[in-house]
Amino acid sequence: MYSFELVRPKSLAEALSALKEEDAQALGGGQTLIPTLKQRLAQPSKLVSLSAIDEIKGVCVDDDGRLCIGGGTTHGEIVASAGDYPALVSLASRIGDPAVRNRGTIGGSIANNDPSACYPAACLASNATICTDHREIPADEFFQGMFMTALEEGEIVTEVRFPVPQKANYQKFAQPASRFPLVGVFVARFSDGVRVAITGASEGGVFRWTEAEEALSDNFSPEAIEGLTASADGLITDLHGSAAYRAHLIKVLTGRAVKAAA
Amino acid sequence: MMPKTPLSFTLNGSETALFVDPGANLLDTLRRGAGDLTPKLGCAQGTCGACTVLIDGEPHLSCLTLAETVEGRDIATTGGLADGPDLHPLQQAFMEGFAAQCGFCTAGMLMAAKALLDRRPNPSRDEVIEAIGGNLCRCTGYEPIVDAILTAAARMQGRSA
Repeated sequence: MYSFELVRPKSLAEALSALKEEDAQALGGGQTLIPTLKQRLAQPSKLVSLSAIDEIKGVCVDDDGRLCIGGGTTHGEIVASAGDYPALVSLASRIGDPAVRNRGTIGGSIANNDPSACYPAACLASNATICTDHREIPADEFFQGMFMTALEEGEIVTEVRFPVPQKANYQKFAQPASRFPLVGVFVARFSDGVRVAITGASEGGVFRWTEAEEALSDNFSPEAIEGLTASADGLITDLHGSAAYRAHLIKVLTGRAVKAAA
Repeated sequence: MMPKTPLSFTLNGSETALFVDPGANLLDTLRRGAGDLTPKLGCAQGTCGACTVLIDGEPHLSCLTLAETVEGRDIATTGGLADGPDLHPLQQAFMEGFAAQCGFCTAGMLMAAKALLDRRPNPSRDEVIEAIGGNLCRCTGYEPIVDAILTAAARMQGRSA
């Protein structure tokens, strides 16, 4: 590793102040950023670790019944304490491996917005609100493209608020070595409709499959999407699978998610 | 050149204090600073699991852990498993069951397994497979490792495997 300055603020205010410095970079669990530094794909001169800030950790339920998860909460802690939203626990329990889940955080994952990350699908399908140090951003506006989000320089994800659906399920077709999804589908049914979010598939990152949402809002059963075809336009082609293969997976996994949730 | 940072933590039960370079990772600090060569440098990218150590009892990838973040924490490595000449039941079962060939993954496998058995003394086969899901082995095909962990679990529970 090259040398850089590491600071470990204990409060959000101190972290925001430290991040004002040019070339400073926030560090969550480091399960993506540290390998990135090792490969010299980024070389910030200063890292601001968020791991000692207790005020952005933990899980609770707010007055509106939303599950609120601090941005610095690890996947392992979510598995242990987000039982009010079983589909989210199931998703978190299948991220990476135990060591990754003990360090990686939900805030770090969504701020990075890897096109194959799992949480963005949960956020988008659940119509979650991403709270930062100075504003609240609806998931529909937060995820803006591959590794692109609405976050500004030095802005910190403090909390993610999930409305808990009546029924929900996450289906992941995992690449067995990395356990990232080739395609992941999160289906969430609310009283006023169904939301379907797809991760792993698109060159534009996570997205909603609106045709399936409409069909499933009318009839929440796997048969409702039988006549639909997910478009392969703009989907990822790599050594693990072609765009057409991913398009096929989107439909198959959506059906499975509905069946498992129903 | 940036100054070194003082760091103290518990390593396998012993108080350890040393100085680390800015940006040093825990693996380098354990190997070069504390002289514990049991955690291995494999991929250095958080993929192989050879560097797995326990921090406060939970498995972490020491190559992806910045040393300064373990101030005051409790670190356990394979170096602390044996009690004098007496191997830990996991080590004994690995040895008897030929759960190591080249042995490079073994230290990480043992720590991932120890974290599991500390939490779930009587795990299912699937739980063992999940627990070592982040640890790559290119020799054994994994089955002898899974068998050895289950054998050790049974012995630690006073059952015959």
